[in-house]
Amino acid sequence: MNKMSKLSIFTKGIVKENPVLVLILGICPVLAVSTQATNAVGLGLATTFVLLGANIVISLLRNVIPTKVRIPCYIVLISGLVALVQMIVEAYAFELHLALGIFLPLIACNCVIFARAEIFANKNTVGNSIIDALGIGLGFTLAILAIASIREAFGAGTLFGFDLPGLSYVNIPILTLAPGGFIVFGCLIALVNKISKGTAIKKKEFGCDNCPSALVCGKGGAK
Amino acid sequence: MDFQALVVIMMSAVLVNNYVLRQFLGICPFLGVSKELKNSVGMSLAIIFVMMLASAVTWPIQRFLLDPHGMGFMQIVVFILIIAVLVQFIEIVLKRYVPALYKALGVFLPLMTTNCAILAVVIVNINEGFTFIEALTNAFGAGLGFLLAMVMFSGIRAYTENADPPESFKGLPMALISAAILSMSFFGFTGVAENLFS
Repeated sequence: MNKMSKLSIFTKGIVKENPVLVLILGICPVLAVSTQATNAVGLGLATTFVLLGANIVISLLRNVIPTKVRIPCYIVLISGLVALVQMIVEAYAFELHLALGIFLPLIACNCVIFARAEIFANKNTVGNSIIDALGIGLGFTLAILAIASIREAFGAGTLFGFDLPGLSYVNIPILTLAPGGFIVFGCLIALVNKISKGTAIKKKEFGCDNCPSALVCGKGGAK
Repeated sequence: MDFQALVVIMMSAVLVNNYVLRQFLGICPFLGVSKELKNSVGMSLAIIFVMMLASAVTWPIQRFLLDPHGMGFMQIVVFILIIAVLVQFIEIVLKRYVPALYKALGVFLPLMTTNCAILAVVIVNINEGFTFIEALTNAFGAGLGFLLAMVMFSGIRAYTENADPPESFKGLPMALISAAILSMSFFGFTGVAENLFS
């Protein structure tokens, strides 16, 4: 772990271990909020903020928190940060607060954050944890932005609320609805499969057994 | 108590605003556990159970403890802790007193702590201003809608597992696209609940 350069910690979150497209973590908010690029960026930034805060505090306290009660500690810390973000967004970006709705408090359930706390911040220095949080957060934001851009451009003919010339008349409205989220995400995963020649996802069958957050949710720990 | 209002809340939670297929809540268990019918039923029953209990516990806490003391901002922290403690507690109680039920649901209970559908139900109960009975009905409906989606989806997956799609679509992409088609079918229910009695 020590030999890993700072740059590789940062970039692995964006490409090799992209939480959404490669590890398939925390996809509920990704599918739900990716109807508009603006909302997608908002959710991405909010999640990155919580991830950064959680990583910093957990890596600072990694020698203080007893191993046995570490998961309740993470839960309290993360939900506290989410409450903070919720209040900030409600006060300074009310439109975003309305658009994200229930998915803003649900950042507290996002398994990407638990997974990073358990896998990375728990074992690494503050500096590396900050870089890791920024990388993973950026990867999360970029992935959700990519899905949202496709859905908004082809579904509504706009991008960030601006009309796209040429797409305004030939859009496919279903892409902005619930089924469109599943279709676009499914096709993107297939594309990742194609590019990585199946090595990214196939080596681990999707399911709870190989989910990195299985330890956090208790299934792995129960064994 | 208005019986009609309860039926509308119930139908709305099961069909119109199906938690999995319309609102994208609880996608992880939906995709992860739906390979076998037996597991998907067990998981869904555990979800119904925890959703109702969590609603029954969080509603009075919000109404009688957080609201009167102006501590609404603590909602997320308190609710998550309650759900986590409740799940542990249910597990211990079932293991000790109802071993048969524990055998059926026990494996799935720990997964509930980080399941966003559970937290969503208890927060929606408060945001919508439901009464206690309405909150329980909403929780039961949400769980029932989850069961419906899970059973239908595991039936679909039994076929798609044996299908022969292009190499890169095998596995998860295939499952997501069949979920999209299932989700489309639920658009047929739009407006059903609101106009049930008019």
